[in-house]
Parts: sequence; C-alpha cells; structure tokens
Amino acid sequence: MSSSTDWPLWEVFVRSRRGLSHTHAGSLHAPDAEMALRNARDLYTRRSEGVSIWVVPSTAVTASSPDEKDPFFEPAADKPYRHPTFYEIPDGVKHL
Amino acid sequence: MTTTANAAALALGDDALVLSHRLGEWAGHAPVLEEEVALANIALDLLGQARVLLSLAGDEDELAYLREERSFRNLQLVEQPGGDFARTIVRQLFFSVYQRLLYGELATGSGPFAALAAKAVKEVAYHVDHAEHWTLRLGDGTEESHRRMSRACEELWRFTGEMFQPVDGLDLDWRALEREWLESVTGVLERATLTVPEGPRSGAWTAGAGRQGVHTEPFGRMLAEMQHLHRSHPGASW
Repeated sequence: MSSSTDWPLWEVFVRSRRGLSHTHAGSLHAPDAEMALRNARDLYTRRSEGVSIWVVPSTAVTASSPDEKDPFFEPAADKPYRHPTFYEIPDGVKHL
Repeated sequence: MTTTANAAALALGDDALVLSHRLGEWAGHAPVLEEEVALANIALDLLGQARVLLSLAGDEDELAYLREERSFRNLQLVEQPGGDFARTIVRQLFFSVYQRLLYGELATGSGPFAALAAKAVKEVAYHVDHAEHWTLRLGDGTEESHRRMSRACEELWRFTGEMFQPVDGLDLDWRALEREWLESVTGVLERATLTVPEGPRSGAWTAGAGRQGVHTEPFGRMLAEMQHLHRSHPGASW
C-alpha cells in the first residue's frame, strides 16, 4: 500500500454535458494529473460523454480561513444599496 | 445465427466473460481504492459484452453456468490468474490491444457483430489506455516494478499467438491483425523500457487450444467457483 505522500490528494471539478460550470464533485488520490483524470472519470462521471473534468492538486487550493469568517464575509445588511434587489429581472433572461 | 456465427459469438463472448471474472477477483484487493474502481469498471464493460455475445449464441445464463470446461472457447490468456498487479496489467495490455483491433475491424463490417463492436470499441479504447498507462508507469517505475513487469511479459508471452488463430465465422485478415498487434504492443513495451520477450508465441510450449476447448489448470477452479451456486440450485431465478 503506497503512502498518501506518493498518492497526493486531488480535487475534482466536473461539468456535465448540459451544465454551465464546473462543480466540485469530490476528491481522490492519484500519483499524477493524468491518473487523477482517469480516476475521476471512473468515480465521478461514469464515463458520460461530453463532460469536462478538471483536477487540481489539493495543495494548490487556498481556502479562506474560518477564523476570519466574520470580517471576511459579514455582509453589511443594513446598507440595502449593496444588494441588487431592486431590479426586475425581465422574462427570458436565463441563467441568472 | 448460422452455426459459424454462433461459434464466433461463443469465442468472443467467452473471452469477455472469463476475463471479466478474473478482474472481478480484484474486488477488495487492488493496490488503491481508485484502481479498484477502474478494474471493476473494465470488468463490467467486459461482462456487458459477454452478455450480448452469449445471448446471440443462446441463453446467456445457461451458457455461462452450465457448460463444462471443455465447452468453453475462450483464449487461454484470459483464464490466467491475475497474480500480482503487474501480471494483471500485462494480461490486460495484451488482450485489450487485441480486442481493440478485432472490434475495430468488426465494427466496419456488416456482420452480426457490427453493432456490438461499434459500441464496444469505445469501451475497449479506454481499456487499452488504462493498460498502456500502467505499463508505462510500472515498466519505467522502480527497479522492483520493472522486474515484475518483465516477469509478467515473459510469462504471458506464450499465450499471445493463440489470439490470431482464425475464428470460424469471423472473416478477418488475421495476419494483418497480428502484425498490428505486435507493432502496438512492441511500441508500448519499448516506451515502458521493457524488452519484448523473445519466447515463442506459437508452436510447442505455447498456448493454442483454448478455442478448441482445451484449457489450463487454473481455469477449472475458476469455473467451479463461478458456477457453484447455479449448479447447486439449478433452474432457480434471481
């Protein structure tokens, strides 16, 4: 059994055939990007045609820190002009 | 189906069925979880092919579970035990390249196997890709993995000539198929820093009678396990 240092963790993003964007599907271990792609295809797409897969080494992802959550994400809810809620969305506008 | 087409369906169907079973033996034993999924995936593809082919020849369950060893028409290559991971990969490489060439040819024809072959070539292309990748990784990996790959190539080489014995009902240029196979496999092995074995691929000391129903010793044990339940409860439905 190889240790996890030989088989680093990869994050997998999949865009389905009719999908608009890549969505994080999960993670897996693989020795390199090529193998990660192949494993992702088996694990997360069941080989559906027309899907797109991205694999990213987990170490390349920088995440926001939960400790800084408050100053980082706190919306100024008392300032309604910050939120685009006053617009009527016309019929026929898709993907909003 | 004509008698010869029937015979061809059995030969191809048995190859897929038996190799599928051998790959299924890896479930829970593969080196890493991701590889386990890949092997199971390939096994499922092959089992799907086997079901279609055996159904062309008769009742799939009856054919799979009630025939004796001497009635199976698979190549001796596919019945060889998996051994270590290297051996499984070499077996996959040899057989997948063969299947890709064979189905590629059948898909362009108009015979009874054209529809199946057209569907299977996509699956088989993936199997070849998987086997090639691992051959390169292990052959050109560490000293140990290289040694194991060399050993597996040497051990399985003598089973490869049998693949190009003409099968009744398949009108193919077997010589050309064999040339292409050798070319493909040689290319992959060389890229993987492995030596193409020099041993014989046909003649004495090689396999050659799987298609005639003569099999190697491990096959009987495999069938006993595969058929046990059906033989214990004949006629049951599940």
